Amino acid sequence: MEAAVLEQNSRKSAATAAAVELSRVTVRFTTERGSVTALENIDLSVPDGGFLTLLGPSGCGKSTLLRVVSDLIRPTSGSVRILGGEASAARARRDIGFVFQDAALLPWRTALENVALPLEVGGKNSRPGRRTPKELLELVGLSGWENALPHELSGGMRQRVSIARALVNDPRLLLMDEPFGALDEITRDRLNEELLSIWEETGTTILFVTHSIYEAAFLGQKVLLLAARPGRVRETVPVPLPSPRRIEQRESLEFIELAAHLRRVLETC
Amino acid sequence: MSASTIEAAPVPEAFSDDDAAQARFEATRRYLAWRRRLLPVIATAAILIIWELSVHFFDIKPYIAPAPTAVAVKLVEKFGLLMTNLGPTAIEAISGFLLGNIAAVLIATSFVYQRTVEEAFFPVAVMVHTIPVMAYAPILVLLLGNGMSAKIAIAAMICFFPTLVNMTRGLRNVNPQHMELMRILSASPTEIFFKLRFKNSLPYLFSALKIAAATSVIGAIVGEWIGSTTGIGALIIQATYNFDSPLLYATIVVGSCFSAFFFGIISWAERMSLKWNVAETI
Repeated sequence: MEAAVLEQNSRKSAATAAAVELSRVTVRFTTERGSVTALENIDLSVPDGGFLTLLGPSGCGKSTLLRVVSDLIRPTSGSVRILGGEASAARARRDIGFVFQDAALLPWRTALENVALPLEVGGKNSRPGRRTPKELLELVGLSGWENALPHELSGGMRQRVSIARALVNDPRLLLMDEPFGALDEITRDRLNEELLSIWEETGTTILFVTHSIYEAAFLGQKVLLLAARPGRVRETVPVPLPSPRRIEQRESLEFIELAAHLRRVLETC
Repeated sequence: MSASTIEAAPVPEAFSDDDAAQARFEATRRYLAWRRRLLPVIATAAILIIWELSVHFFDIKPYIAPAPTAVAVKLVEKFGLLMTNLGPTAIEAISGFLLGNIAAVLIATSFVYQRTVEEAFFPVAVMVHTIPVMAYAPILVLLLGNGMSAKIAIAAMICFFPTLVNMTRGLRNVNPQHMELMRILSASPTEIFFKLRFKNSLPYLFSALKIAAATSVIGAIVGEWIGSTTGIGALIIQATYNFDSPLLYATIVVGSCFSAFFFGIISWAERMSLKWNVAETI
């Protein structure tokens, strides 16, 4: 009982702070052709439960930024605070879920086994979430496909499995690296709507990388525009669309104006 | 809009039934399957018939090239002798296969975790591999004596290199995103090895094992050529020196049947354990 109250308090205190807080983050890689600055002085803050999309041309370091947030890459300088602490601590607590560009399912595991993978590895870190892997497959619309192998699934279905896998530990922060980039437009629109409903249902914070203007504007509460070489923040654009969002809202005047604005800024990136 | 309103994705029942079209499709598939099986059989039969006819037509002496029927007669007549000689060869080939491949897998694992070991020993492995089996076979017989152990060692050495190369590649060629996933999940090195690297290397391992299944038999036979009194290799030498060509051919048939059988078992094991690997199972 006491533990539950304590946990609630800690959740509350974290809620007042930002889920993701980067200040003056710079990442430099050294290669045989010299040093490359992937990210330069990135300042960014996402409130708890927020949805931020990162939009930029290729080479602007969008993916690198997600890897800094998830503790896969150490920044050369600057500070990274994730859920009120170190990124590595958040990762170790399984507070970070990651959805990769091409689903990254293990081909020898069935859909259900892939979703259950986070519960099998990592020893003491792998705490089960509120939903079982089977329930998560249901949540992403794949009940009946539990025993299918990845090669038997379509690209959209594989990405759904990958989202279910990222949610299995109830992460408080979900990082998505162009997850729908390789999908056809109809599937992508549908998954966009589904992702928004999953976001509302789980209350998790989402950081979503994309190179599609429409996807960025439709999904995010805010769109962060990044410029390339070196990757830096160009502009943060709030999205004034009401919630819950429907795909038809993309035909509204305000959406079209927003998209046009994003395109103009993007052209100068 | 709650998450429960998400529509289900298309289910397998989405296929409509058209029985006639389905039957035609099945018939075509059966026809193609039979064709694939029968064509090699017909080709083999044709070669054997041409061979048989030319032996009679050109009046070729049996010790130069026996007719297939003579070989078949010998195969039946000397079946007991052939089988007693296959025994030791099979034991040597299978033991060598196991020994060589297990060693290769273990060393490949050490290569992947200790670059230094690879840098030091991989060139040595390449150098040993460039020595022809005929050249190191006598050395191993001198070292290990005229018993089975020398033949097992030769078979093991001949299996070792392809598996080492393939296994190292398979353990190392892991999808970088899979690696990142494991790191995000704080997976331990043991978990990464068994749940990712090893599984990933299985298609590579099986292609090496299929090569090794045939070459291990060659290794055992070559080992038996050097002063051995039993085994398929010894029988080949004896039959050659006695100008008993039908027996020589019959011995070769038995040896290659065993190789094919061994290869078949490995292929079956591959199909069983790599159902997920579409590229390989087609």
